Amino acid sequence: MEKRALKLSVNGQEYEVFIHPKTLLVEVIRDHLGFTGTKRGCETVSCGACTVLVNGASVKSCSVLAVQVEGMEVTTVEGLEQDGKLSPIQKAFLDNGSYQCGFCTPGMLMSATAFLKENEGREVTEHEIREGIEGNICRCTGYNSIVRAIDAVAKGTYKEE
Amino acid sequence: MINDFNYLKPGSVKEAFEMYAEHDDCKVICGGQSLLIVMRQGMVAPEYLLDIKGLDELRYIKYDEKDGLRIGATTTHREIEKSPIIQEKYPVLSLMETKLASIQTRNWGTIGGNLAHADPAGDPAPVLIALNANIKVGGKNGERTMPLEDFFKDYFETALEKGELVLEVHVPVPPAKTSVAYQKFNLLDSDMGIVAVAASITLNGDDTCKDARIVLGNAAPIPKRVKNAEELLKGKKFDEKLFEEVGRISYEESEPVADIHASEEHRRHLLSVLTKRMIKKAWEQARAVA
Ligand SMILES: Cc1cc2nc3c(=O)[nH]c(=O)nc-3n(C[C@H](O)[C@H](O)[C@H](O)COP(=O)(O)OP(=O)(O)OC[C@H]3O[C@@H](n4cnc5c(N)ncnc54)[C@H](O)[C@@H]3O)c2cc1C
Ligand code: FES
Ligand code: FES
Repeated sequence: MEKRALKLSVNGQEYEVFIHPKTLLVEVIRDHLGFTGTKRGCETVSCGACTVLVNGASVKSCSVLAVQVEGMEVTTVEGLEQDGKLSPIQKAFLDNGSYQCGFCTPGMLMSATAFLKENEGREVTEHEIREGIEGNICRCTGYNSIVRAIDAVAKGTYKEE
Repeated sequence: MINDFNYLKPGSVKEAFEMYAEHDDCKVICGGQSLLIVMRQGMVAPEYLLDIKGLDELRYIKYDEKDGLRIGATTTHREIEKSPIIQEKYPVLSLMETKLASIQTRNWGTIGGNLAHADPAGDPAPVLIALNANIKVGGKNGERTMPLEDFFKDYFETALEKGELVLEVHVPVPPAKTSVAYQKFNLLDSDMGIVAVAASITLNGDDTCKDARIVLGNAAPIPKRVKNAEELLKGKKFDEKLFEEVGRISYEESEPVADIHASEEHRRHLLSVLTKRMIKKAWEQARAVA
């Protein structure tokens, strides 16, 4: 049960933390590194509030052992901004009112980001957008405003000014 | 709370075999998508945890026209879903994956972990058994291969012996004019199925049934073949009445449990309807394949 060193990159910055092997990725992100944008919700792989990207792929950080991401690149909601400006999907969420309490938003943004990246340059259907956020539960919005925001970015409405 | 465990990280499959043989009270973790939940609940609290997630030796999808498909145990669900060769040659496998849990779980969870977990509601097992798949397991004392059908022993119990890992799933090339259909019934796409049915139909040149394999999911402690129904189909022509009868056999032979999601009666009913539909669908698809 010795602590071990774990090296990982979060939002482009290298970190080294000393952790028990049972430490979960969400604990490293929030408690060790202070990126509290990532939320802990159900902690049973159900709600998606803890979603982050690992090497570009979305995962639920409440259910990934931190030691398993050794040497990998993690992106949290704090890493979405570009040069101090909100990313297109963040702007679209603001414009479309895609949140109420905001608890699901960081995870939702990460799933949306992965979805948009995967489908870059391709037309996407509403059904595909809804499948893209299937792992994220929102108890407030009813999803429509979230789907509209993702659709707007997919259609190129938020291309770099 | 997850218990304090000693963490073992092998650098190769060989080393994993040795570590697994050396340590008593040792549990394997791959993606942890199922294991961490039960560890958090305190239901599993091993002294050692053997982490095989990083074993890229077991992370592959290989296809050969004679040998068929081989998928390594640490391959993720998402890699199977997105594999062009699987989409082309075994579309039912890719489609099944698109409905398995959420994208996040598919990105981290693995096929080996799914099969070793042996949840009777698991999606890959019925489809792979309908496809006549084999599973390769092994440990320090060697490897063995068995039909996947024989791998499942009871609720969450498998044929794995102490010190053995799941290594690979092998799906042979299907016979000519064969197609497999699969559907699970659930209320939310990303949930475990309340029940599920996989059906494989092989046709003769004259559109009669040459061979059939029907596998029920979450209908019994392990994936359940309905051999009486399969026999009934052989030699017969496409016939809705016959499919009705086959559905009735599924109804009778299943042994589902009742829980908050569905009563036993409702599950049997769903199984009979899905059996009928999947046979019909596989049959129609089989007509279109070479
Ligand atoms: C919210 C949620 C929804 C889900 N929905 C579905 C669904 O719809 N359909 C479905 O089929 N599954 C579903 N699952 C199950 C899950 O997605 C995974 O398929 C699988 O159980 C996890 O694989 P893993 O690599 O994470 O295994 P782990 O969680 O790491 O391990 C699972 C078990 O297998 C053992 N193990 C792992 N790898 C090996 C190996 N190579 N050899 C020997 N033993 C091994 C472990 O010791 C453990 O007992 C769901 C899970 C969650 C959390
Ligand atoms: S907190 Fe991770 S899925 Fe809910
Ligand atoms: S905005 Fe409240 S849960 Fe989504």
